[in-house]
Amino acid sequence: MFGYVIVASIDFGAGFFNFYSAATGRKDHINSIIQRYLSPVWEVTNVFLVFFFVGIVGFFPTTAYYYGTALLIPGSISIILLAIRGSYYAFHHYGDKGSLWYQFLYGATGLLIPASLSVVLTLSEGGFIQADNGDVWLDYGALFTSTYSWAVVFLAIVSVLFISACFLTVYAAKANDDNAFTLLRKYALFWSGPTILASFLVFWALKVHNLEHFANTLDLSWMFILSLLCFIGAVYLIWKKKYMDWSFVLVIFQFGFAFYGYGASHMPYLLYPYLTVSDAVVNSVMAQALVWAFIAGLLVLLPSVYLLLRLFLFDKDYVQGKK
Amino acid sequence: MSYDPVFYSRFLTGLTLSFHIIFATIGVGVPIMIALAEWMGIKKNDAHYHLLARRWARGFVITVTVGVVTGTAIGLQLSLLWPNFMRVAGHAIGLPLFMETFAFFIEAIFLGIYLYTWDRFKNKIVHMLLLIPVAIGASASAFFITTVNSFMNTPQGFEMEDGVITNVDPIAAMFNPGTFTKTAHVLSSAYLTAAFLLGAIAAFHLLRGRNNAYHKKALRLTMTAAAVFAIATALIGDFSGKFLAEYQPEKLAAAEWHFETMEEAPLILGGYLDENNNVHYALEIPYALSILAEGTPGAEVIGLEEFPEELHPPLFVHYLFDSMVFIGMFLALVSIAYVVLRRWRKGNEHNKWLLRSIFLGAPLAFIAIEVGWMFAEFGRQPWILVDYMLTSEGATTSGHVDTMLYLFAGLYVVLAISSTLVLTRMFKKNPVEKELADRGLL
Repeated sequence: MFGYVIVASIDFGAGFFNFYSAATGRKDHINSIIQRYLSPVWEVTNVFLVFFFVGIVGFFPTTAYYYGTALLIPGSISIILLAIRGSYYAFHHYGDKGSLWYQFLYGATGLLIPASLSVVLTLSEGGFIQADNGDVWLDYGALFTSTYSWAVVFLAIVSVLFISACFLTVYAAKANDDNAFTLLRKYALFWSGPTILASFLVFWALKVHNLEHFANTLDLSWMFILSLLCFIGAVYLIWKKKYMDWSFVLVIFQFGFAFYGYGASHMPYLLYPYLTVSDAVVNSVMAQALVWAFIAGLLVLLPSVYLLLRLFLFDKDYVQGKK
Repeated sequence: MSYDPVFYSRFLTGLTLSFHIIFATIGVGVPIMIALAEWMGIKKNDAHYHLLARRWARGFVITVTVGVVTGTAIGLQLSLLWPNFMRVAGHAIGLPLFMETFAFFIEAIFLGIYLYTWDRFKNKIVHMLLLIPVAIGASASAFFITTVNSFMNTPQGFEMEDGVITNVDPIAAMFNPGTFTKTAHVLSSAYLTAAFLLGAIAAFHLLRGRNNAYHKKALRLTMTAAAVFAIATALIGDFSGKFLAEYQPEKLAAAEWHFETMEEAPLILGGYLDENNNVHYALEIPYALSILAEGTPGAEVIGLEEFPEELHPPLFVHYLFDSMVFIGMFLALVSIAYVVLRRWRKGNEHNKWLLRSIFLGAPLAFIAIEVGWMFAEFGRQPWILVDYMLTSEGATTSGHVDTMLYLFAGLYVVLAISSTLVLTRMFKKNPVEKELADRGLL
């Protein structure tokens, strides 16, 4: 899931920047950079989501029951947004080049999808899903009036923009594209403020919403401190325009620590307070089969991803548009 | 109509699947055809075939996109609309679902590489080799997902205790009795449909009088492949009949309106059924059902009377089954006729009527895919997990499934219209004559 968060953030944010720059007449500056990265990889990004999702249901079929029933509406909306986004990207890119309307759909859904997907994280804290007597339902009133859920949505959107801007800045630097670099660096620095603000906001809202979980995060506070240090390091490097590759590695570590800290402190619950990891897990034979399939899959997948990255990310000539 | 989540869940799932399989079929079949074209291009050193591969690939991207997004939709809808089913069956079908996404990953990665490296490798063979993982990935994902469906038809590899699945053997669940015939039939019919789809494009241009070598080569490649796939599909279809007779006799009986168990059973073609289950205006072929079911004219075929009425599949599946078989026969006839006319010295394989039939073959092939799947799915009603779980027990209890149905229906209409527009505009703006001239091939 962490993999999906990083890859998808780049993709979602890029869609927004692509539209924003096209709409404000600065299209030429960054458009080619964004297209050159996105075109070969967007489909892979989409598969990541299905992969993560199938993995969850495969290992913890019971989650399908609770989340599946409760998430009908937000889940369906996410699917529709994803469908619009994916298809209009392709329609724009391979079919009608330069349609601003398609780019708008693509950019707008890029921000709405993280917001709608983040609902899952909110729900896992408990207090929104009610279950009794074999019936499960989602309390929309509680969801829409909760400070916590809005804080999570806010964090999801700004971190998407931040991660994406950082990545594209690094990509532009590699491409020696000064115009794109200047603009994207501005975006990255601009979105760093709201990102850190939103992070603190989520902590505060979590304390109000689920004190038990908040107490657990305090036990793991060293992770969040490391995350903060990585953030400061990344912003410093981008500010100084130095060691650009490392700045994005630091961004990955920043979100990695935060993500891991959040997940670890949420344990053992998959859905507070109904579902823990141990009651949801699949039987051991299937779990073993899945782990073996996972290992076998990775053995094929990793070299392929490496090939993809070598051709389109680490190949200087391609990145600079010479191929 | 009053709100019934089971009804709306079935409707929405059916709608999503019937939309998805159009694009999924293209996604499975077309990479094979592109690979064939590239291979012919290298073997014959003929630039026409390379251009063919290029143009097919360009259109393919658009259809893949719609396939990907609707595939994502059905993947998530499984849990959103059938949470009770997934809670139970999820323990047994996790493995193939998981493998399917891996196959899908490989396909997506290499398709991305293939599309963006047309002139990047000096050796054309290297570029063609990139298609192999694309084609394998596409067919493998169809294979894995079809094992899930065949598990729902003939579940095995687990024990059920108080509504909970235990003692799962994932491999046995995946390779259940239905797996061989179902996956083989799905793959060969997808290849057949893709061959006809691309053949119809060539036939269309030839009918319009564009008598260019490019279109003739396209027709030859696609129709020769189609003849092979059509024969394979018919053979596997025959195995499927024998599989049904052994493992799902109620499905076969419903498809054939075969009510009484008997030996020397006739096959019923067409006709209609009145309220008292009497068949009218049907063509009866003596012994044919026994031959289809067991391979011998004297074999006993189990009738619908052996099953309690509340477990009968709906009887309209007969029409679906017949349409599928008729279209399959038509496609086989047309493609074989093309091959024969081409081989025969006096034959004219560009005969107007043959070209028209090939053109008609493409939409018919898609209809056959649709009705074939509908037959398979309606034919196992009322079960979602045959002999273990009724469809009504698997559905969500959630409200608002009806609203979601309208939302998704709207989405599919928009996707259908815009993908058609984009595709036609793409090829109208850049007709093959222009591209041939640009490359100095005219």
